[in-house]
Amino acid sequence: MFKTPEGKEIFVLDGHTHFWDGSPENQANIHGKQFIDCFYAYHTNLSPSEELWEKSKFEKYSEDDVYRDLFVDGPDDMAIIQSTYLNDFYKKGFSSIERSSSMAARHPERFIVNGSFDPRDGEKALEYIHYMKETFDIKGVKMYTAEWNGDSKGWALNDPAAYKCFELCEKLGIKNVHVHKGPTITPLSMDAFDVRDVDYAATDFQNLNWIIEHCGLPRLDEFCWIATQETNVYGGLAVALPFIHSRPRYFGEIMAELLFWLGEDKLLFGSDYAIWTPKWLVEKFWDYQIPEDIAQERGVQLTDEIKEKILGLNAARLYDIDVNKKKVELAGSPVQIAAE
Amino acid sequence: MLVSTLKTELELDVWDCLEAVTDPELDEPITDMGFVETVEVSDARTVRVEFRLPTYWCSPNFAFLMAFGIRKEITSLPWVKEMTVQLNDHCFGDEVNEGVNSGRNYHDIFAQYCKGERLDDVVAKFMSKAFDRRQEVVLLGLQALGHRAEDIVSMPLAALQRIEFTGEEELRQTPRYLDLLLSQGLAVNPDDLAFPTWDGQPIHAAALTKHLTHLRSTRINMEFNGAMCRGLAKTRYKEVEIGPEGPTLVDFIAGRVPPRDGANPGR
Repeated sequence: MFKTPEGKEIFVLDGHTHFWDGSPENQANIHGKQFIDCFYAYHTNLSPSEELWEKSKFEKYSEDDVYRDLFVDGPDDMAIIQSTYLNDFYKKGFSSIERSSSMAARHPERFIVNGSFDPRDGEKALEYIHYMKETFDIKGVKMYTAEWNGDSKGWALNDPAAYKCFELCEKLGIKNVHVHKGPTITPLSMDAFDVRDVDYAATDFQNLNWIIEHCGLPRLDEFCWIATQETNVYGGLAVALPFIHSRPRYFGEIMAELLFWLGEDKLLFGSDYAIWTPKWLVEKFWDYQIPEDIAQERGVQLTDEIKEKILGLNAARLYDIDVNKKKVELAGSPVQIAAE
Repeated sequence: MLVSTLKTELELDVWDCLEAVTDPELDEPITDMGFVETVEVSDARTVRVEFRLPTYWCSPNFAFLMAFGIRKEITSLPWVKEMTVQLNDHCFGDEVNEGVNSGRNYHDIFAQYCKGERLDDVVAKFMSKAFDRRQEVVLLGLQALGHRAEDIVSMPLAALQRIEFTGEEELRQTPRYLDLLLSQGLAVNPDDLAFPTWDGQPIHAAALTKHLTHLRSTRINMEFNGAMCRGLAKTRYKEVEIGPEGPTLVDFIAGRVPPRDGANPGR
């Protein structure tokens, strides 16, 4: 719960978090080391200095860390934990649904754990989707189109094998598809950040919600164009948000574009924990105003009402969460840290 | 044994010509971005250049383009007889290094790894983005000097060449904008329009604001990359140490990222 200076309580649903193990013990090869090193560079590059973590903690943090950083010290009411496997880089997967679900089981009222699959696995991917639905009753999945898989260095959402998987997701009621379209690992393709496949998939699967994490940065213009055409495309603010600290004016330009093209109902807050922690992000976001000249040009501004939607109400709608009921439920189990 | 003054002079020569190599995605010289780590001239004819990108995962296609860009610029120096380019610590480093030093052209090498695809489209796409970004700086600079839309869209090349900007960005980007106009044949003669679109079309005065909006969206993307890359390049191989004074950033692997030595042209 985030409390505004006026005392208003704002429901915060963190749309993009992880419970990963990037420790040397879990790294399968140099790629595994370089992947977590790259995440750590994002962390050190864009965090305020007082929010920096030591490398070893960043590589593998505890269940208690998650709970404290998100809900006790942090303002999150709920968090969506995304699964990312990167099986070519990590022995037991980077952040597996089993490990995340076991962590989340301590506070099931606060977590949504999403699954993940790789369409290039063919029939096995379909079986795996059934397994995730039956075992964990997933409501959403995280797609990593840049993931390496043997000789393949990436795939597209509109590949025929992917369509078979999305058909099954639709049938099983797994309706939220989070897609990583942003920096870090890149496929060896013509244009590594191409977002055009979103356009095809969103058109062909109208009943699924397509949440494009990182807003397709650095292809924001193309993403905005696609998202404007499709009613079921959303933008996740993870990675864009930390610029609020390092380059606030630039953050205003990004937000102005997103509000102008996608609108206030299509944007989702995400801290990208543990790359960044939600406390400072939410505090700065609540205090933030788009610089007047940029706001005027696009005719948009981040009002309190819009911020509230972005911080939680929009994601709650996608995940069928009744915010008022949830607030009552959470009030019955207030955050606490077990005695250590 | 190469006399050290000559060696320094030749290395300066190499640093100078490396300024012509840009990161295609950022439209910034790789020397400004700090990507070039080592320039070494060993016997007045042999050059070795090592470079490193901000992350291990930076797009391999751009890594290829930069590696070949380095090769092309260095081999154009008349005294260079042999050269080696080395990309350090990159997920596709072995392939890039093998490719760029093999003497084959990059299309062949890239096609081998990418199902026969070519890089031409990517090159053209990013050149158009570079054009947009440079043009935006010049246009905004003219607006700031009080030029009206009608004057700007009808301004001939010769008139733009006479404008004396004072802003740092305008001073930096105007010559780069003029270079691109010329090399792309978009404005060659003194009376050609100084501000065509990338497609070679004139801009109408009434549409200038809209055109600028388009240029800005190009810039927002490029700035994202630029900010990310500069920051990541800076923090790579550094990590946090929690001391009594609180967290400070210290070099992770001491001396792993050497500062440029005397060969730096001292810009």
